Amino acid sequence: MVDNSEFDDIPGTTVFTAERSHEGFHLNQFCMSLMKPQNRERFKVNERAYLDEWPMTEAQKQAVLDRDYNAMMALGGNVYFLAKIFATDGISFQTAAASMTGMTVDEYAAMMLAGGRSPEGVRSIKEGR
Amino acid sequence: MAQITAGITTSHVPAIGAALDQGKDGTDYWAPVFAGYDWTKEWIAREKPDVVVLVYNDHASAFSLEIIPTFAIGCADEFPIADEGFGPRPVPTVLGHPGLACHLAQSLILDEFDMTVINKMDVDHGLTVPLSLMFAQPLEWPVKVVPIAVNVVQYPPPTGERCYKLGQALRRAIESYDEGLNVQVWGTGGMSHQLQGPRAGLINQKFDNAFLDDMTANPDALRAITHLEYLREAGSEGIELVMWLVMRGALGDAVQELHRFYHVPASNTAVGHLVLKPTPKEQ
Repeated sequence: MVDNSEFDDIPGTTVFTAERSHEGFHLNQFCMSLMKPQNRERFKVNERAYLDEWPMTEAQKQAVLDRDYNAMMALGGNVYFLAKIFATDGISFQTAAASMTGMTVDEYAAMMLAGGRSPEGVRSIKEGR
Repeated sequence: MAQITAGITTSHVPAIGAALDQGKDGTDYWAPVFAGYDWTKEWIAREKPDVVVLVYNDHASAFSLEIIPTFAIGCADEFPIADEGFGPRPVPTVLGHPGLACHLAQSLILDEFDMTVINKMDVDHGLTVPLSLMFAQPLEWPVKVVPIAVNVVQYPPPTGERCYKLGQALRRAIESYDEGLNVQVWGTGGMSHQLQGPRAGLINQKFDNAFLDDMTANPDALRAITHLEYLREAGSEGIELVMWLVMRGALGDAVQELHRFYHVPASNTAVGHLVLKPTPKEQ
């Protein structure tokens, strides 16, 4: 039996397994639809109505409306699919990533310029390294 | 017969493509990134490869969650540029080499690698950013491309060992193609980066530099890196580095490093780039 519990030991990280892919199928397929300009326009005009065309859970829809990317990932979203949302919003991958960390965009950009987030202490919770 | 004359690895950060497309490549932020490829641009203009077998991953552009091929090969005449949510990149359509691609597909499958064959596919930044880094902004790409797409979006990607062995099979397949083509194999993606969750922004320069060293000196060590180690050390998206091992497997046991570049950051990512040349077999 596959055991993915070791991924829970990596802090602040969601590994997109087949189970998550199944849970997030409609959420991610909605994101994919935003690759067409006419769909982006329809989504922008009325986000709620566009989301209601998809058999997503209410929690998934609310996470999209809130642009809460960590919530979307907890509900089966994958970052490469979610990227279609922030491309539609006209924001960069770095701005979107910053929003997932609780840092401001400027703080996050400064961290990256200084060499990025150190792996020290965020490799494994149980091993404390 | 076709021959593999060189291998290239490079990151394929989408922001690099955006910087080039928006004319920001000369800014203080981006100029050092592009400068790392100046040597390669001059070198490749002299080398004039006929075909690049370009190992990359699709980022939810051609492949939705409906079908997720682990290894796929593009056999089409041409590959249009994908609209990733902000319109297609303003770069030339990528031309394929169906003759070589169909030969590779058949050879690889009969050599135990069960490739998915693709006859129609848009290509995203994973494939076009490496072309832009090596060839800048031409009106037409100066090479034909055989895309090999590797799933690294949904866990698990193929293991590093499997990727290396695919590279070895790729070499056997390329070298059995009758036409005397000058073929390069490129492995793209990486290096350390994490684009998601509270741990986003992870960069591991020690891991990356050891990886760059081992690409030449000790590829067997790289073949043994587990997915868990990639996730912990190189970030959730750093696992893309398995694609570099397809290239490395294709080059044979001994290689010479012609060029190396490493830079932090490009957006969220550590940029790594190598140009390797296979050491000729002893006669």
